[in-house]
Amino acid sequence: MAATDTRAAQKTMKLEVFRYLPDNGAEPEFQEYEVPYRDDWVVLDALNHIKDEIDGTLAYRWSCRMGVCGSCGMMVNGEAKLTCSAFLRDYYPQPIKVEPLNYFPVIRDLVINMDGFIDQLSEVKAWLIPAEEKSIDDGEYLQTPAELAKYKQYTMCINCMLCYSACPVFGQHPNFIGPAAIALAQRYNLDSRDGGADERAEVIFSDEGIWECTFVGECSEVCPKNVDPAGAIQMAKVTATNDWFKSFLMPKGGKKSGSKKSGGKK
Amino acid sequence: MTSDGNVPTAAGPAPAKQYIRKMPADWWLKKPAYTRYMVREMTCLFVGGYAMFLLMLIARLDKPEEFAALLANPVAIALQLIALPMAIYHSVTWFNLTPKVLVIWRGEEKVPGILIAGAHYAGWLAVSAGLVYFAISGGADG
Repeated sequence: MAATDTRAAQKTMKLEVFRYLPDNGAEPEFQEYEVPYRDDWVVLDALNHIKDEIDGTLAYRWSCRMGVCGSCGMMVNGEAKLTCSAFLRDYYPQPIKVEPLNYFPVIRDLVINMDGFIDQLSEVKAWLIPAEEKSIDDGEYLQTPAELAKYKQYTMCINCMLCYSACPVFGQHPNFIGPAAIALAQRYNLDSRDGGADERAEVIFSDEGIWECTFVGECSEVCPKNVDPAGAIQMAKVTATNDWFKSFLMPKGGKKSGSKKSGGKK
Repeated sequence: MTSDGNVPTAAGPAPAKQYIRKMPADWWLKKPAYTRYMVREMTCLFVGGYAMFLLMLIARLDKPEEFAALLANPVAIALQLIALPMAIYHSVTWFNLTPKVLVIWRGEEKVPGILIAGAHYAGWLAVSAGLVYFAISGGADG
């Protein structure tokens, strides 16, 4: 990357980067860096340039650099983005403001504390709970393409948490289970091999789950993988509401997806 | 996920001094989509207000003079003039969201969203046309 500096009349652009150093006791501030402008660079390239060439104290997360790992999510000019997919050319020559993902506690600079999200994933049991246990000798759990299609979209989630940073509900209620965790719960609820809907129901059908959502819809807009968590949450609301009505009409046999609690507020 | 070398990871102990950013009161002005959302939510007041107005009209069904007086009331006229665009905005924004809520599968394919939303618009149009027809023909002799 340093080789580009030798080019004559190198174009540059400014990055305003959120700095928070917990140990010096100071309030966060924006630090300005001037980085080379290249039309094939993304914001993450510019951050790497800063780290390598200008200021080694800058902290941020990244890994794959190709929109797969979900590590490099940040606010770029106020929009939740994967910085590996946000090209400088889309902002040049205006300066770019880089901040840590909205609404999460900041550990240092651009690094947020994601523990809450990790806890949510285990609360909603975002893993396959087999409907029927089979031994290996009994063979695979078979599934038709139509059954796969019902949940495939939700498997694309890379846990980048951009959806949380686009969600004003999460901003105001940090206990909200949130878009990605609910979408991942739906991913397993809609899987024909899964039988865990009952176990997930209590958390995702609670007031801190789907009923907290007011359908702002921006989670789906910022999602880099088109997971559509907003759609997943609304579909879960429909399921919960249907179950609630069925529990009135057919107190014994009406329960299908297993919402133990009532539909809650609407 | 890997992280920068000297940063505590999710698996590590909670760091001592985290910085919590406050959500600004004008968050909904920072992005047009948030503003549109807030307007959508706000329109429900006018839809609700119009529903109250309708109830007041129904309560006067057996008193034609009071019924007409309420319809001609300037406040009521102003309410209707504001409530109409609000109700249209409310309906359009929600109808456009219906494909996310109502997902119908045909084998491995989802029924396209435009058909789901389109069906709602068609229903809206049909009901509105029916009401207009009723107002012009059948309603006139009442």
